[in-house]
Amino acid sequence: MDPIKKKIQSSSRETRQDLLGKVITYTCIALIVLVVLSIFVFVASKGMATFFVNKANFWDFLTGKNWNPSMVDSKGKPMLGALPMIAGSFGVTILAVLFATPFAIGTALYMTEIASHKGERILQSVIELLVGIPSVVYGFIGLSVIVPFVRNNIGGSGYGILSGSFVLFVMVLPTVTSMTVDSLRAVPRFYKEASLALGATKWQTIYKVILRSSTSGILTAIIFGMARAFGEALAVQMVIGNAAVMPTSLLSSASTLTSVLTMGIGNTVMGTVANNALWSLALILLLMSLFFNIVVRLIGRKGRM
Amino acid sequence: MKIKLQNKIAINIIRIIAALVVVILLFLLGDILISGVPHISWHFLTSASQSFASGGGIGVQLFNSIYLLLLTLIISFPISLGAGIFLSEYAPKNIFTSIVRMAIEVLSSLPSVVVGLFGFLLFVVQFQMGFSILSGAIALTFFNLPLLTRNIEESLRAVPDLQREAGMALGLSKWRTVTRVILPEALPGIITGVVLGAGRVFGEAAALIYTAGQSATNIDFGNWNPFNAASPLNLMRPAETLAVHIWKINSEGVMPDASAVSAGASAVLIIVVLLFNIFARIIGNSLYRKLTATK
Amino acid sequence: MKNLTKITALIIASSALLVGCGKSGASNGSTSSSEASGKITVVGSTALQPLVEKAAENYQADNAKVSITVQGGGSGTGLSQVQSGAVTIGNSDIFAEQQKGIKADKLVDHKVAVVGMAPVVNKDSGVKNVTMAQLRDIFTGKITNWKDVGGKDESIVLINRPEGSGTRATFEAAVMNGQSAKKSQEQDSNGTVQKMVAQTPGAVSYLAFSYVKPTIQELSIDGVKPTDDNVTNNKWKIWSYEHMYTKGQPNKVTKGFLKYMTSDKVQKGLVKDLGYISINQMNVQKDANNKVTSK
Repeated sequence: MDPIKKKIQSSSRETRQDLLGKVITYTCIALIVLVVLSIFVFVASKGMATFFVNKANFWDFLTGKNWNPSMVDSKGKPMLGALPMIAGSFGVTILAVLFATPFAIGTALYMTEIASHKGERILQSVIELLVGIPSVVYGFIGLSVIVPFVRNNIGGSGYGILSGSFVLFVMVLPTVTSMTVDSLRAVPRFYKEASLALGATKWQTIYKVILRSSTSGILTAIIFGMARAFGEALAVQMVIGNAAVMPTSLLSSASTLTSVLTMGIGNTVMGTVANNALWSLALILLLMSLFFNIVVRLIGRKGRM
Repeated sequence: MKIKLQNKIAINIIRIIAALVVVILLFLLGDILISGVPHISWHFLTSASQSFASGGGIGVQLFNSIYLLLLTLIISFPISLGAGIFLSEYAPKNIFTSIVRMAIEVLSSLPSVVVGLFGFLLFVVQFQMGFSILSGAIALTFFNLPLLTRNIEESLRAVPDLQREAGMALGLSKWRTVTRVILPEALPGIITGVVLGAGRVFGEAAALIYTAGQSATNIDFGNWNPFNAASPLNLMRPAETLAVHIWKINSEGVMPDASAVSAGASAVLIIVVLLFNIFARIIGNSLYRKLTATK
Repeated sequence: MKNLTKITALIIASSALLVGCGKSGASNGSTSSSEASGKITVVGSTALQPLVEKAAENYQADNAKVSITVQGGGSGTGLSQVQSGAVTIGNSDIFAEQQKGIKADKLVDHKVAVVGMAPVVNKDSGVKNVTMAQLRDIFTGKITNWKDVGGKDESIVLINRPEGSGTRATFEAAVMNGQSAKKSQEQDSNGTVQKMVAQTPGAVSYLAFSYVKPTIQELSIDGVKPTDDNVTNNKWKIWSYEHMYTKGQPNKVTKGFLKYMTSDKVQKGLVKDLGYISINQMNVQKDANNKVTSK
């Protein structure tokens, strides 16, 4: 056999290595997709039971204002109106992210563009520490600091959407900040250098170059923050009041999808309407975060063009 | 002149924002540490907890937290590393990739309770794994995967393309370029991801209540055979972590010193997270130096 | 896709069932020896958990071959898991008959303790005694200011317990007389309710006796004080049992543990220590329809 011919015809070591790499990474990604899919199927099959087994009307579920799964209304259907919780979840999440985003971007800019290396490191460790505080502890600080603060300075009983979003603001801040830092760091250095060389000020460089080129990264950070805010239960539950009624103001007691879910799940029996309805809330939660995700992605695409 | 003024104002606003954040953070940390540190003693750190009498410690819970973290990282780190490499290096720009990306982000928004119950019904009940540290580690992996994957992807992305081109030019395969050139360069960013993920694991309670359980069985620290039921390393024993313990004593604790134990445990938790961060960074830096041949 | 998952789940479930059968067979076989051996899993009510946990710890010290795992998860979880056979004992705050979706005739009730509950208010309100009718009107929302029941001019902040929880079911059966409570704030755990009532001016809620601390004010009803003695002869109406349910009659090992729970050692020791009332002290009994008869 001609050794050269053999060498040319058989695949090289590099090709084989590449194949190995592909196999490994594809397996990992397949595994993650499998996990997501199984949870999705699981939650969906449980959540759909409310509509297929218990014959609740999906539209009534989304728009009804009366949540009382163990009771039936005049037509003999369980009272499953999830709108108060949907509104509550939307309220706290959007408010919390609105509070957190400017703070997170400001801090991230300070860390990447202004601070000395040492200051940056200290700030970063403090932020990482905050992620490790259990939500229960956040909840109790909220209960003993934020609730009285809101009650004495703003009004109401102190329990409500406003207090909830204050607590969430602090909770999502580390996530959003550290992810924003990552995407600011990912901006190629020569962008910045080119801008400064053109005579732009630091602020002009930040505003016109750095923020523009990291828009999609920052948006992802915000999505993750929203996601965390959406899914958070234990801390919000302590300060929002958990009243399954339509929120009339930011200061009146409200409830979120997660707080109702967490409180009810241990008290209901699997397979009953009340339990299935809670799984439907979980399904709504999934669909809502999917929706947010798509919207923010679309915005991000527009912003880049 | 106007532009210069604008610049000054904007930079100062950024400084003020950063200062405000620092104030908030210091207030939080101070609040927890000041109320908690006085309760920490050697006895508190090493003795078993009490269910209704005072004087309980958090020894078992502390060990469980750390052990659970290591297990979770062992499971989730390789998977997210692979997935992160895929997303940053191999992923074709098509609809499949964006669906995967979206799936990962949706996964991170799942409320803990849902993941907890999923883990409970699937691992604890169906797979007969019982309330065990292994079930807990798998449930926590679900939280960790999206965060870690995204972080690894982002850190790999931050490595300049020049490096990739250099690798290619040397005739290296893509896989070798990624593992030998890009990955070491991205290490500090990846470590940050691990540290953030670790924080989340330390702080998680709701998912663990249904999977790793909320009781700390007596373990014998003299027995390191992982197959013995009383061994600390046993994977199948129920394991209450610090965060779960804090949740439990705050919600149903009847011991007279519940608030002191809770404050002390919170402070310990923060200190442990801090130590872990420092530790991870030291290891990360020495690895970075070794792999990239910087002094 | 869906079919596939169903089939897999079915296979897993059936194999799990087989394993389960094998296990219970084994434990039945070994009962002939003098010392009982086996595994008991207890899941359910978070309120009952500390008692059972501590009792199990003591029991295992004397019976080394019995391994008992105690977990929380809530009464609903306890009942549904014991009904499906996933756990040996399901702890519950309420009668299985009162829980929707549970076939109570398949389960055997073992009452292990009695818990009394008291309405509690923030100290600010200036009220120490109410009539049953007033208490009802407060919870239905007819009375909205403390001055209407002899307190100071301060609006009432209702903090209820979640629908379906044992505490709420007990309170409503004893107080509400079939009327439904006004929609208001809800809070799940005794510890959190205690903290909220203590720090919210005008707050009112209800708590198990063991959580009534000096930081909050308990209310007498019609001049009757919420004490253990008043519960034992039903002068104080708001009380319920703590149940441990088994599916069918318990096997020998489980029976041994349940017997230990009702023995004088636990009833006079742990039950008292944890703020419950001993089941043996009761002069009256209540059935699932809340009918009280003398014993």
